[in-house]
Amino acid sequence: MSLLCTKAQASSSFQNGSIASIPTKLTTSASGDSLPPAKKIFHKKEEDCSLFVAFFTFLSYGVLLLVGYVKEFFNPPSTKEKNREGYVPLYIGFESFYTRNVYRRIQDCWNRTICSVPGAIIDLMERTTPDYGWTMKLTGKIIKCINVGSYNYLGFAENVGPCHDAAEETTKTLGVTTCSPRLELGSMEIHQKLESLVAEFLGVDDAITFGMGFATNVLNLPSLLGPGCLVFSDEFNHASLILGLRLSGATVKVFRHNDAQDLEKKLREAIIYGHPRTRRPWKKAMIVVEGIYSMEGSICDLPNFIRIKKKYKTYLYVDEAHSIGALGPHGGGVVDYFGADPKDVDIHMGTFTKSFGAAGGYIAGSKDLINHLRVTSHAQIYAASMSPPVAEQIITSMATIMGKQGDGEGRRRIQQLSRNVKYFRQRLRQMGFIVYGHDDSPVVPMLLYLIPKIAMFVRELTNRGVAGVGVGFPATKITGGRMRFCLSAAHTKEMLDKILEEVEEVGRLCGCRYSTAVKNPEPIEW
Amino acid sequence: MASQWNVYESFQALLQAGPYHLALEGVLVLCIIWLFTAKKQPSKLVRLTKKEEEELIAEWMPEPLVPNPPPEDHPALHTRTVYGKAGKYLDLGKGEKLLNLGTHNYLNFGERPEIEKAALECLHTYGVGSCGPRGFYGTTKVHLELEERLAEYFNCEMAVLYSYGFSTSASAIPAYSKSGDIIYADEMVNFILQRGLQASRSRVVYFRHNDINHLEELLEEQVKQDKKDPRKANATRKFLVVEGIYMNSGLMCPLPELVKLRQKYKLRLFIDESITFGTLGKNCRGITDHFDVPMKEVDMIMASLETSAASTGGFCVGTKFVIDHQRLSGLGYCFSASLPPMLAATSIKVVDILEKEGGDLVAELQDKCRLMNNKLKGLPSKVTVTGEDISPVKHLRLVDSSEREVEEQILRDIAEKAENYGVALTVSSYLWDKEANPPKPSIRITVNKDLTEDEVEKALDAITKAVTDILG
Repeated sequence: MSLLCTKAQASSSFQNGSIASIPTKLTTSASGDSLPPAKKIFHKKEEDCSLFVAFFTFLSYGVLLLVGYVKEFFNPPSTKEKNREGYVPLYIGFESFYTRNVYRRIQDCWNRTICSVPGAIIDLMERTTPDYGWTMKLTGKIIKCINVGSYNYLGFAENVGPCHDAAEETTKTLGVTTCSPRLELGSMEIHQKLESLVAEFLGVDDAITFGMGFATNVLNLPSLLGPGCLVFSDEFNHASLILGLRLSGATVKVFRHNDAQDLEKKLREAIIYGHPRTRRPWKKAMIVVEGIYSMEGSICDLPNFIRIKKKYKTYLYVDEAHSIGALGPHGGGVVDYFGADPKDVDIHMGTFTKSFGAAGGYIAGSKDLINHLRVTSHAQIYAASMSPPVAEQIITSMATIMGKQGDGEGRRRIQQLSRNVKYFRQRLRQMGFIVYGHDDSPVVPMLLYLIPKIAMFVRELTNRGVAGVGVGFPATKITGGRMRFCLSAAHTKEMLDKILEEVEEVGRLCGCRYSTAVKNPEPIEW
Repeated sequence: MASQWNVYESFQALLQAGPYHLALEGVLVLCIIWLFTAKKQPSKLVRLTKKEEEELIAEWMPEPLVPNPPPEDHPALHTRTVYGKAGKYLDLGKGEKLLNLGTHNYLNFGERPEIEKAALECLHTYGVGSCGPRGFYGTTKVHLELEERLAEYFNCEMAVLYSYGFSTSASAIPAYSKSGDIIYADEMVNFILQRGLQASRSRVVYFRHNDINHLEELLEEQVKQDKKDPRKANATRKFLVVEGIYMNSGLMCPLPELVKLRQKYKLRLFIDESITFGTLGKNCRGITDHFDVPMKEVDMIMASLETSAASTGGFCVGTKFVIDHQRLSGLGYCFSASLPPMLAATSIKVVDILEKEGGDLVAELQDKCRLMNNKLKGLPSKVTVTGEDISPVKHLRLVDSSEREVEEQILRDIAEKAENYGVALTVSSYLWDKEANPPKPSIRITVNKDLTEDEVEKALDAITKAVTDILG
């Protein structure tokens, strides 16, 4: 509670969520050096809720936990393990307690089943629970919803069209799997073609691809870092980065989200004083950030991070899982968005799941880096190579984005996404919701704070034909419960208007228009 | 005046106060005295001047991002390219197709048309990618169906599906075993399991390969330790991690003895059935079927779908109590996009086929494995082949030991020579400096169910010629 009070006092002057100083276009100097003026601060202070709302958020969790304690006191959990009497219990206290008493009540909001392509409109399979969430049953009814939950930024999740046709052809000629790792007998021409296309797309020397995005981080960070290395990781980095860094054995320090000043201060101190115990100088230092943060919707402050990395001789690893394809005038991600030199980022990492409608991940950078990964990456040696039709989907969608095929379709999609994002975010703010993240980010988190409101919002929106995603503790902090909308180039203006209409209605019902910032009175044009 | 403090009155008030009040006041006074008199710890950090700081920063020379880039002629940078489908024969661009003894498609499902048909049908409905993790609209009807079918296939309550073979075992183990727990693992467990063991932060105790007596010794030692601290023992979970058939040796684990130890010492048994899924058991249900061990004796079975199932991804099966936990704690499940639906559809078709013809397929494969085993005994005496006679994975090693790089190069030369004689072989690749127990370099020979006797004979000839050419 005391933490809340200080936070409320610190943010007593509420700021409007939008940022006035994003350098969206940079001029390159005569020497070709494309660093922006470093004075502009990209890190924004998000609008915070009032003490009143925070109190009720804690109260809602408190009531649920108290009811849980009382219930389990009189009726201990009946899910006891069978055939294992006398064994040490498999699960410890609080984690499963939380799942049984809080998550279980509203678990119909997650793990929903669809039976169509995850495009702009999906067929959601309705479920009911006969016993308050312990088990879920499909009713057989299909609900058609507008999909704002899937990661389909450029709308390539399609079951018709050139990507589908190419994938079909490849399935017939190359089969579905190679059954062997890349280093043994799993390397096909299509993998090599894909890697040179990715390198061309990003403007770097070479690239290497893997069958899973999560595994790309977890299995390659240990090849690049080891004990004696220093890593600065953003506060809100993804679980795959955190696990990869932990497995590497490097010393990890965390800096405040997207705050270049905090990073610089901590980095200076760490370099000057060396390893905390041995006082030896670090072997190397790396800054690990993401392009777009999937829970915050914020875009990383790349120009400042590049400035810091050059000044302090560190390396920069950018995870563009959500930003590749979705940001930038050419779909080149956060590097393209800021017009930065791709060679300034040492390690480009990204996934093909979001903007390319496929699966897998890549790492791109200098020839030496990629050669090193070809020899030492865990995935190259122990995991089967990427499935050929998946690789073909990526090649076709990437070629479309680059303009190599599709007759300008790639450009059209990028522009459609950009317009959708600006329109949607501005309309939401105008309605009075607290929206996090930067104006150009296609990930739109809308704050609800209270966990029952998350559940109500998701359910009510589904009843009205909009499929959204709600996120609460422990994926976010306790006072961070939110709806997260993922916009797509496949959404038309009519779909966006429908979504906004329903969101406004449900927001009015739930009472979650918390923003006290000044609203733009003009009607927003798409 | 009544409002003025009278020293006498306050003294009286002090005497009349309850003992607890006096005690509290006394403690507070002592605290204040301590705060004023305690010596301040000298600050360990010496504050430097700005100039000194800048000098230190300028002096610091980090090593390059890649300190030792591999040479251009490193074999890993010149891997062979496979053209066309990977089936019983491989096209490596050498003109004629080569007999495939290197990839893990033991049941040759890649060449069955019904698998391809299932993939295409699903592609027409769902497209390629699932565009989201399982929790956020990445769950399709196909995933649920595959999980149900796998659970039914193994006669278990529940199955959970992963989108990558590597993340299956590497996420499943840390979901249950935390720091403070103990995991007993065979020393030859494959690299994927080793990463799972590392990610769990538990204490890992390796026992000699397939040596039940050694395992029992270690367990007895732990029992003695537990007697000294029973409280800690009651909070320490113990796990046993083994593979059905070990990828690194081709030998089978002694499951009945392991189950006895599990019952006696209250361990939880996790088996990795990546090789034995679809290749063992008279009903084709894997190693539990082969040894007639009821499923309730095993806590969890993990397997990759990237071997005999000729797909991508992996799964874990077990009781609902055990498996459901991974839906919120399996990192590779929660934080990763789900398996592309068309690849899940091929696995459903595979399960269909295994249910109908599994027994026959296993019998046929095991015949071929035995045949290959017998034939390989006829190889020159400078090489030796290890692996169970019914294992579809065998290892060919040099008898004379020398330095690892030298052995690897010789084996690579043998594999290259064998290509000239019509057979595609692969040298097992390992990350030598990261493996817990690096095996001796070997050529991994895999057996395909559809091999004919002639083809096996041809393979033996080719390998013999290659070995003789290189080793004399």
